[in-house]
Amino acid sequence: MRIFYYILTCITGLLLIYGVSDMPKWGDPHQPASIHVSPRYIEKTLEETEVPNMVTAVLADYRGFDTFGETTVIFTAAVSCLLILRKRRKEKDV
Amino acid sequence: MLEFLVGKFNYYIYIFLMMIGFYAMIGKRNLVKKLIGMNIFQWSIILYFVSIGAKKGGSIPIVEGLSGHGAHIVSHASQYVNPLPHVLMLTAIVVGVGTTGVALALLLRIYNKYKTLEEDEILRKMK
Amino acid sequence: MIDKHESIIIKMISRILAPFVQLYALYVIMHGHTSPGGGFQGGVILGASFILLAIAFGIDEVKERFAERILTTFTSMGVFIYGFIGFVCFILGANFLDYGILPVVEPRGMGMLGIEIGVGITVMAVMVSIFYDLSTYE
Repeated sequence: MRIFYYILTCITGLLLIYGVSDMPKWGDPHQPASIHVSPRYIEKTLEETEVPNMVTAVLADYRGFDTFGETTVIFTAAVSCLLILRKRRKEKDV
Repeated sequence: MLEFLVGKFNYYIYIFLMMIGFYAMIGKRNLVKKLIGMNIFQWSIILYFVSIGAKKGGSIPIVEGLSGHGAHIVSHASQYVNPLPHVLMLTAIVVGVGTTGVALALLLRIYNKYKTLEEDEILRKMK
Repeated sequence: MIDKHESIIIKMISRILAPFVQLYALYVIMHGHTSPGGGFQGGVILGASFILLAIAFGIDEVKERFAERILTTFTSMGVFIYGFIGFVCFILGANFLDYGILPVVEPRGMGMLGIEIGVGITVMAVMVSIFYDLSTYE
């Protein structure tokens, strides 16, 4: 049974290596990920908000609503951990 | 051929990490080892996304040369590394922490009830 | 159950180090504007200082000082601060989470600072709460 899992892993790895031929080179400045939206964020950060850190400006100002949902996600993780692991108080017998 | 091997070397590292995590998730029988495999898989995806934003000759995404308030600085898009993958992966890391916490809590309850963490013994005890 | 550590070096060193770790965490939250950092990172460091104290001194002593009831209040308080700032912008006339209208100097920077404080409080309380739950279950 182990041999089957090894072979499955190798086949998936070979398929992924075949898919690498479409990807852009490492450090290419004209790849599709860097020419659509991010030049606008880089150029306009200092004049619209007066904050030099681009990552915090995008996280808390341009996409602030997503960070709100993110905080709710981690709050939900704490609540569900509480639900699974807290014991119920036993009814006291009178 | 040489460009295929050397110019895109970062993708091979992530495929290697991803396959390690994948084999641990399906090939091991202990539940904690499966959980660690899932974590390795998740971190390889995060590293892949962050590496897509790299640029040749770019520096970290904080505007430099800021001295005093009145200075007008024109920043060009080719000086800085792409900041968007960094932002998205901050969210992904936090989601990973939440998932690992809840999974560990579930593992504690399973151990308390069945007294073992091997998958085939649990399936046998459940029948 | 995590017990007190027997070695006196560990107890002494963690008692000395814990305030400096908390000061560094507050520095990382407050300087999210000009250097790498922000709410999530500073919150995790702040939670890690309490976990350090719990590993060195036993979990009962830390639970006396930082009760579970206050911890759950802190988790909700961070999300509440976030929504409160958004609603203040809403009431003053602009869109939700549109900081240009707050009546302070540099409104967009100060709005971002308030949000990062809220996120930092929530992340700290979640880290310590998950640690408490996982280590006191038998």
